Amino acid sequence: MKAKHQRLTLAVVAVVAVMGSAVLAMSAAKDKAAYFRSPADLAKAKPPAGEAFRLGGMVANKSITRAADGVSIKFIVEDGGHATPVTYRGITPDLFKENSGVVAEGSLDSGGMFVATNILAKHDENYKPPEMAGVQHKTNSLQP
Amino acid sequence: MIAEIGLAFLWLAGVLAGLQLIIGAIGLRTDRAEMMAGVRPIAMVQGILVGLSFWCLVAVFMQSDMSVKLVALNSHSAKPMLFKFAGTWGNHEGSMLLWVAVLGVSSGLIAAFERALKYRTHIATLAAQAAIALGFYGFLIFSSNPFERLNPVPLDGQGLNPLLQDPGLAFHPPTLYFGYVGISVAFSFAVGALIERDVGPAFARAMRPWVLGAWIFLTLGITAGSYWAYYELGWGGWWFWDPVENASLMPWLAATALLHSVAVLATRDGLRAWTVMLAVVAFSMSMVGTFLVRSGILTSVHSFAVDPTRGGFLLALLVLYIGGAMALFALRVGTVREGNQFDLMSREGALVINNLLLSVILSIVLVGTLYPLVTEAMGQKISIGAPYFNSAAGYPALLLVVIMIMGPVMRWRRDEFKAVMQRIALPLLATALMLLGLVLARPDVGILPFLGLLLAVGVGVGSFAPLWKRNLRRTPLFTYGMVIAHFGIALSLGGMASESGFIKEKLVAVNIGESNTVGPYTVKFLKIEPVAGPNWTAMEATLEARRGDGEPMILRPQARMFSNPVTPTNEAAIGTVLDGQLYLNIGEPTPDGRWQLRMWWKPYVTFIWLGGILVALGGFLSLIGRAVREKSARARKASPEPFASGDILV
Repeated sequence: MKAKHQRLTLAVVAVVAVMGSAVLAMSAAKDKAAYFRSPADLAKAKPPAGEAFRLGGMVANKSITRAADGVSIKFIVEDGGHATPVTYRGITPDLFKENSGVVAEGSLDSGGMFVATNILAKHDENYKPPEMAGVQHKTNSLQP
Repeated sequence: MIAEIGLAFLWLAGVLAGLQLIIGAIGLRTDRAEMMAGVRPIAMVQGILVGLSFWCLVAVFMQSDMSVKLVALNSHSAKPMLFKFAGTWGNHEGSMLLWVAVLGVSSGLIAAFERALKYRTHIATLAAQAAIALGFYGFLIFSSNPFERLNPVPLDGQGLNPLLQDPGLAFHPPTLYFGYVGISVAFSFAVGALIERDVGPAFARAMRPWVLGAWIFLTLGITAGSYWAYYELGWGGWWFWDPVENASLMPWLAATALLHSVAVLATRDGLRAWTVMLAVVAFSMSMVGTFLVRSGILTSVHSFAVDPTRGGFLLALLVLYIGGAMALFALRVGTVREGNQFDLMSREGALVINNLLLSVILSIVLVGTLYPLVTEAMGQKISIGAPYFNSAAGYPALLLVVIMIMGPVMRWRRDEFKAVMQRIALPLLATALMLLGLVLARPDVGILPFLGLLLAVGVGVGSFAPLWKRNLRRTPLFTYGMVIAHFGIALSLGGMASESGFIKEKLVAVNIGESNTVGPYTVKFLKIEPVAGPNWTAMEATLEARRGDGEPMILRPQARMFSNPVTPTNEAAIGTVLDGQLYLNIGEPTPDGRWQLRMWWKPYVTFIWLGGILVALGGFLSLIGRAVREKSARARKASPEPFASGDILV
């Protein structure tokens, strides 16, 4: 290799590597992103069973039921007029309660039940998962 | 009164920063010695003033002076003293003041003690520092005044977020800020060298301690933050790919690349423009990190307040600084002469590949962090988490680790492939044995943990290869530094792979007296009773963990309720043994009187943070080793080439 060309080669390789990885990352990000959906969105179009997404809304009044094993719960997430049943196995976050906002990560099973793998914790009374802010605007059904 | 004095100091320091920039710039342009002579004293005074201003804020927090709005909003008189002190930066304004105070003090230190730089480059560096500081002084004074008074004075404060009431708060934010600010110093050096057309080995040697220092602090800050989140949040995870974590990881990646390229520049006078570019990138990343955490664009435990004007101000600063840095680089890169040549098969070649891979990982993390923000601005809310980051960044990271085995044993300029292979025969053998062992014993772990374990062994052995056949007493300290840092990476990688590959989890509802097993432990629920702390009450469970016939461990997880502000939290109980940690968490009572209990057995999880500490320790030894070498080199001024080409440089 001509001595003069080394710097140029390096620069080209660097630009190609970084740009290339950014482009690939972009498409991977699109692929692996978990979309945020509300029960109202699900009423319009259901994602296929098994596709991971985040479900956000309000925990419906008197909807939390506990299974006999003591660690599984079922509850209903509602948003305006729509509702989605959710199951979750685990310790719920400290501020998880009825009539308050929730964001659950997981996917739908074949029967349309949302199987949550994680329920997002609020850090304190004032904390809202970032997604909740928008839902509030859309439906007016959520109290801050 | 103290608050007013603090504000006055802040104003004065801000004005001095302006002066430092103006007379520095005019002095350099017109070549007036009397103006340039003023820059260093001004920088020193500015550092002292901003340091005092920060100390005033600490004082009002320690005294719980509730007439200061910031104290009233974020503190409480019943809070333990340590948290009153650390609470100074447990809020937006205080943490920004800490940021600018660290910047100002380091500016003063450069003015007072830096000797390696040429005079004009030194002045240009200080002017660049002042330009960075000025934006933050403006931000503090005009949109985040920490000393604002409150009228009428409230009876008591609103308290600090309980998750922040932890010794971690005294340590984690300042270390990260030292890291961010250290990088901005390195960047100022690069700006100074670009302006003065002085990019070369001398500049690299002056910049290196700052890069190294910043990198040590970032490493410690990330390690501490990871452990803090692990035990405090009670989710049992050590890395969540949370945007705020990425905000600290990205500057670390850039600083790691810079650290390795500055070695090439200092020793071989190669990679000149590339090193300057990396300094610009590293600085940009630390600005992006500050912006992500401080602008309120992300809602998390780190964003203390959401105020759109602040976000706008910070975004403007970000664009100004990054844009300015890139523009200066584009204008001046033509004046940077091409450095020395090298073969691809050489230490420089390996370091270039290291830099490329780190840049690739950086761009992957950056895309994953910013993508949700961009789509949200367009109305589509998404979140990007572990599935993306692990698969996209995991493989380049493992490839980087492979290069890490080879790089340190390669010679500068050119080397033979066969000779290199001979030098790493032992690590290769160890990797092969590990592969054999893994295939025979555990074919059921995921692909990433599998490769991680394999390479952890390879690098673990390989990190000592540079010491092979050397006189250990005459090996310089910085070589040991590199060996220890690389070994720390291997340890950390091994911990991550082992934790994600072999973790055992159990979730049950238990009665008193009941036993459950998780991993090698049998955990018996002895009792649960109420306890009280200074500003909280809790239900505390007592559990006994037995392993075989060994001495039982008593663990006491708590479900806490803090009083100011009223917040429930979960305090995990962690039992640490040599080969891992038992992590217990209690939930709530079930209607039939049992308690929810979550148990994890995490084999070798402690290696993750132990590795992080070793990496930082390695960096520290290199820093000391370099300083000693520089000093003796300056003492023997006769020798123009203080570095023998066989040296290993980190």
